[in-house]
Amino acid sequence: MISRRDFLQVSMAASALYGTSGFGNWAKLAAQQALTQDDLLKFDTFGNVSLIHITDIHAQLKPIYFREPEINLGVGAANGQMPHVTGADFRKAYGIEDGSPSAYALTYNDFSSLAQGYGKVGGMDRVATVVNAIRADRPDALLLDGGDTWHGSYTCHHTEGQDVVNVMNALKPDAMTFHWEFTLGSERVNEIVEGLPFAALGQNIFDAEWDEPAELFKPYKFFERGGVKVAVIGQAFPYMPIANPRWMFPEYSFGIRDENMQAMVDEVRAAGAELVVCLSHNGFDVDKKMAGRVKGIDVILSGHTHDALPEPVQVEQTFIIASGSNSKFVSRIDLDVRDGKMMGIRHKLIPIFADVITPDATITKLIDDQRAPYKAELEEVIGTTDTLLYRRGNFNGSWDDLICDALINEREADIAMSPGVRWGPSILPGQEITREDIWNVTSMSYGEAYRTEMTGEFIHTILEDVGDNLFNPDPYYQQGGDMVRIGGMGYRIDINKPQGERITEMTLLKTGEAIDPSKTYVVAGWASVNEGTEGPQIWDVVESHIKKQGTIKLDPNNSVQVVGA
Amino acid sequence: MKFTRRDALALGLGATAVAMLPMRALAAADEAIAAFTGGAETGEGGITLTAPEIAENGNTVPISVDAPGAASILILAAGNPTPGVAQFTFGEAAGSQAASTRIRLAGTQDVVAIAKMADGSFVKAQSTVKVTIGGCGG
Repeated sequence: MISRRDFLQVSMAASALYGTSGFGNWAKLAAQQALTQDDLLKFDTFGNVSLIHITDIHAQLKPIYFREPEINLGVGAANGQMPHVTGADFRKAYGIEDGSPSAYALTYNDFSSLAQGYGKVGGMDRVATVVNAIRADRPDALLLDGGDTWHGSYTCHHTEGQDVVNVMNALKPDAMTFHWEFTLGSERVNEIVEGLPFAALGQNIFDAEWDEPAELFKPYKFFERGGVKVAVIGQAFPYMPIANPRWMFPEYSFGIRDENMQAMVDEVRAAGAELVVCLSHNGFDVDKKMAGRVKGIDVILSGHTHDALPEPVQVEQTFIIASGSNSKFVSRIDLDVRDGKMMGIRHKLIPIFADVITPDATITKLIDDQRAPYKAELEEVIGTTDTLLYRRGNFNGSWDDLICDALINEREADIAMSPGVRWGPSILPGQEITREDIWNVTSMSYGEAYRTEMTGEFIHTILEDVGDNLFNPDPYYQQGGDMVRIGGMGYRIDINKPQGERITEMTLLKTGEAIDPSKTYVVAGWASVNEGTEGPQIWDVVESHIKKQGTIKLDPNNSVQVVGA
Repeated sequence: MKFTRRDALALGLGATAVAMLPMRALAAADEAIAAFTGGAETGEGGITLTAPEIAENGNTVPISVDAPGAASILILAAGNPTPGVAQFTFGEAAGSQAASTRIRLAGTQDVVAIAKMADGSFVKAQSTVKVTIGGCGG
């Protein structure tokens, strides 16, 4: 039988290639329940270049809980392929024992009880310790930030990203690409980027008026590391003006632009690049497709879809690394580059167990300094929960159920809609819910909660539209979010049908009646992409609802019937 | 409150212009192709059409086409009520046979480019452009 290690050896044309994730060691240690910082960081330095990848932090500077998805369906060629594997199947694929730290970090099962045992994850002061340890092994390691960094918390919102910028700058990244950063508005993004002490990259960030590369963002940057000429090419989120409000950054245009990506790869190769790294916010399936179409990329550091994979996924000669979200993971990738070619790869997805990894005291202080002016507001307890609150997954998470309940009750609506974003930490049963917790799952620069009337037909159109952004069999037509969350209404979705035919059996839950296409319903929602949306901020709506409830207790949500998975 | 399509777009959760494309439009596109080619077969290759996979704004979608050696290039938005977009004619002294423009798309549809080559043969390229207001990014 061919082993995974052999597979990596034979599947790349270069000789002397070998790859190992280091995951085997980790799993074994996990089984022994003896996790130490040294174990987590253990890595036999390899080759001559090291990359450190962190992505989709969403402004989570402090340790949090984060439950990985239970439902993460792939359609077409992605069906059953990583990262569209969850739970027991995921553990089986990587040889992870039930109940082990790896099981806790990478899968959803028994989350509440494992979280009690293993504690919180993430925290940028812990990440700093890991980065410093890798730099101790390899002083010129490249630290690359995949974006979705300056968004997602109370302090980030109130400082317009400055808190995260200050903390990240202290970690001294070498380059970064972007997505939610642009929702700060182009003026603020430009202001921060102009002052960044590292490269702001995006070969697909264009000037909207002239359809030419934007001046402020460079397509790539060269680094000399371990005697190797490394080119890092940035790829920002392609669908920013569609998935987020275009009016906030009207000067910019994006898109996948893989023909320009190929041109950039050819350009850096011609200029002597021996290693080509793509720092991407495409989302995993888009990266996989791009890797098959663009020739000459050695490594894609993949962000956006928040997948955490303990081993690289190989597409022809390109290795794709997925490093999770919310500061829960850091990836270390060591590469052997010789004679102008990548000859070997060794990779480790390092889970940031907050109780195991010693925080870097300087960064802890820096984070606390950012939070100090807001401490009282952040820590105010709004309620408690008896139910595990989480978001990640293709359909409703319990956090979304709670938000939809809040919208229906506070805004007196029949039906609620909540965006299928993938960020937002989890809260364990028995835990208090603070204002910070509410902002962690709602904070954004366009959080107004609208209330309006829609016909049944129109609600159907919306569901079909969002469904196609998730389940179109061609990844280039997906946007990388999850399905819009619905409160007060059930439906059936056949994910393999074409747009217009996926959604059936829409039912108004409070009456049990079928949704009438011609009838009008009151719908409350938030996160509108268009200018001028009116309503209270969603975090205020949710806070008011939780305050009234006192203790949150949610029934399991079985209102979405999924077919074709 | 009356709910118009424009208001719907303001909700951000995915209003759409995906609605059925009228058969009339598709027939009109076929007619326009037939008028341009005189009914001749269209081959593949030798023409590159660049268009976004998903339009950022359906009202102004940047496209470009490049067909080295073409005498003229016809561009159609197959799903628009009036499919004709442009026809570019290149003189013998033209340095290249490429063009860029922006087009308005009524909904998700195929954009079609057909080039008439110097020898009188035709080549075709097409690309599906999705027009959507998605609303939810990861």
